[in-house]
Amino acid sequence: MASPAIVLPEHCSEEKLSGIWSWITTVDHKRIGVMYGVSALSFFVLGGVEALAIRTQLAMPNQSIVGAHFYNSLVTMHATTMIFLMVMPLSAAFFNYMVPLMIGARDVAFPRLNAFSFWTFLFGGLFINSSFFFGEAPAAGWFGYANLTSIQYSPGPGVDFWALGLQTLGVASLAAGFNFIATILNMRAPGMSLMRMPVFVWMTLVVQFLVILSFPMITVALILLSFDRMFGTNFYVPEAGGDPLLWQHLFWLFGHPEVYILILPAMGIVSEVLPVFARKPLFGAPFVIFSGILIGFVGFGVWSHHMFTTGLGPVADTAFSLATMLIAIPTGVKIFNWLATIWGGSIRFTTAMLFALGFISMFTIGGLSGVMHASPPIDLHHQDSYFVVAHFHYVLYGGAILGLFSGIYYWFPKITGKLMDESWGKVHFWSSIIGLNVTFFPMHFLGMQGMPRRVYTYEGGFGWDLWNLCATVGAFTLAISALIFFINLLKSLANGEQAGNDPWDGATLEWTLTSPPPVHNFDLMPKVTSERPFWDQKYGSTHGHDDTTEVAEEEQLPAEIHIHMPPASYWPMVVSFGVITFFGGWMIHPAVAVCGALTVIVGTVAWTFEPE
Amino acid sequence: MSSDHSNVSVHEHPPPSFGVPNLKLAFWLFLASDCMLFGSLIATYLSYRGKDQLFGNGPYPLDLFSVEVTTISTFDLLMSSVTMVLAVAAIQRGNMFQTRLWLGLTALLGAIFVGFQGYEFTHFYLEGLKLQGNLFGSTFYVLTGFHGTHVTLGVVWLLLVLATTFTKHKGMVTHLNVEVAGLYWHFVDIVWIVIFTLVYLMEYTV
Repeated sequence: MASPAIVLPEHCSEEKLSGIWSWITTVDHKRIGVMYGVSALSFFVLGGVEALAIRTQLAMPNQSIVGAHFYNSLVTMHATTMIFLMVMPLSAAFFNYMVPLMIGARDVAFPRLNAFSFWTFLFGGLFINSSFFFGEAPAAGWFGYANLTSIQYSPGPGVDFWALGLQTLGVASLAAGFNFIATILNMRAPGMSLMRMPVFVWMTLVVQFLVILSFPMITVALILLSFDRMFGTNFYVPEAGGDPLLWQHLFWLFGHPEVYILILPAMGIVSEVLPVFARKPLFGAPFVIFSGILIGFVGFGVWSHHMFTTGLGPVADTAFSLATMLIAIPTGVKIFNWLATIWGGSIRFTTAMLFALGFISMFTIGGLSGVMHASPPIDLHHQDSYFVVAHFHYVLYGGAILGLFSGIYYWFPKITGKLMDESWGKVHFWSSIIGLNVTFFPMHFLGMQGMPRRVYTYEGGFGWDLWNLCATVGAFTLAISALIFFINLLKSLANGEQAGNDPWDGATLEWTLTSPPPVHNFDLMPKVTSERPFWDQKYGSTHGHDDTTEVAEEEQLPAEIHIHMPPASYWPMVVSFGVITFFGGWMIHPAVAVCGALTVIVGTVAWTFEPE
Repeated sequence: MSSDHSNVSVHEHPPPSFGVPNLKLAFWLFLASDCMLFGSLIATYLSYRGKDQLFGNGPYPLDLFSVEVTTISTFDLLMSSVTMVLAVAAIQRGNMFQTRLWLGLTALLGAIFVGFQGYEFTHFYLEGLKLQGNLFGSTFYVLTGFHGTHVTLGVVWLLLVLATTFTKHKGMVTHLNVEVAGLYWHFVDIVWIVIFTLVYLMEYTV
């Protein structure tokens, strides 16, 4: 039968959806996703340049290419940028673009709140980085340990930029958290029960719960820090009885769930990519899902393994050590499920698949060294050495970033309608794998040989010279691989092969749409009968259900369908501007902060009275 | 919106798969998040409780607290939860007069509570409890100050909801909007019960 004509409101016309203003005021989850992606990749370049500067400084002993203080700024900003401005927002790009498509929704639950999250993130990121131009970039480490961050030891404005910038990013993440949980729980297409949700959507859900429950704790930690610095309170001042360990507890209560906030999205992506390119359903999908939930849950009970050397006592050490080792079980379950998924599959070694396989192998190396740290006696030796740097770069570069690259190669055709070039992609993959191993594997040796982290230079003759040079060569290899990626990205965007709707023979709902998807996503709400709705549609059910054919076709369809679309709005950006003015204003004058707060209130009221 | 094709699953108003409206669900999540915020602040207060005595750094809580005054303000806040319940019940019955009455009264009781807190802060400050002075000062003012900010924002919110009942804008004055404001109000109330117990009453135990 003829499909009905889709009638969109006037504000969704072609000319209304072009130009800068349409991007600034957009509330479309797909456009917001693209903006998250572009911003995250830009910050990726920035964080990468900082990494190169660090490695150049450390290439040989006794160098003074950058000074000690600026080196501290580089280390702090490299970590802050990569964690909060690269991996998190790049994950958010996929949440935004893909989650509504994968659950068959027209948009997220609160489209304008979604736009607000993006602008607040962007302003917060720019605010932290603007510190380079206003005196001093943060230099107390991304963990900001008290009382290194006190006025006494960090008199410059860097720590204020860092604390207030992170508050702003926290607001963005929290707003997105409420939004995405509501979206995932409430806006699933008919038939998509929780256990039929794609694993990527599940991991998004777990991540958002981690965000909304862990970010308030760093919010409090940062409030206390800012109060200490600006109003002279005593929270982290030992002379007045304040305890610097309070910071460590609050920070790692947030900081360890944050680790899973970074890695679970990549695990979700890999769980989508592997089945498609092995042409097999995900092995034991419920186990993968429940393992993800368990990781999120136990992730709240392991924070003190970052604090073994602070002397918490044998009982606390034992408890946190056990909990940390426990987390290896669900993680291992996932890895074996992924391996069982590709076992016996007819594998297509596309770039997306290679990155997913690279994720499994590199993440496993990082996971193995991670389990070692779970043992307090071993951790005492590793603490603050390059061994730890090696560990978390295997997890974050070898894990999170390879997983996200897999997602980019996998979903780029859906987002742009073009395929990314596979041969450039494979060069990108292999140079990444070689680069990251040459960079980070020698750091295990350096750590074992006693090289401490966060030192801006070192003496020769400790046996560190060769491995440092090696790591620097590796870092530049990684830079070249990133360059290859960006060339491929731009080249494919300009004249990539046409992708068609379903280039990979996908199983999930987003592949049923055109590439790029129409502004309103689905013409008719899809009906879902299994966890692989599109494979069912194409190949018949693998479940023995009989109701796999499109139920929608049985119904009487009207000649045309009017689709309600939320109008564009600039209020989210105005409120975001108020938020950054409020937080940043404290550095200038309390009156500026008050102006920011008023902007937030006025903007929120105007937003509320806007027609939806 | 035309509704002449309601038999088709178009994307007009998809029913919430979880059975709870989006706004209410998101708000429950916000409250969960806010629990962690107050949990961290209360934990900070408790972990520093009594430390000033070790440092001989007064004034101490019992030098300042007047449990009678704070009991009255606590009673006032608890009563505001009653009026909030009545406001929600009134809009469920569609009784606009009572909705406005109870919303206004809730906001008034909230404002009175903030007034009590302003009095208490001024009084404590004049007695020598400074934000910068000792740990009790830092933790007390920040914890109760954050709660007071929550109440103040709640009063503003209630007044905004009240204002919408006078607008011509249909769809603003919904049962849901009043109910969600009520959720927030009860939450702030419950947090105060915890603070009142842990910060004030606990000082009077051995």
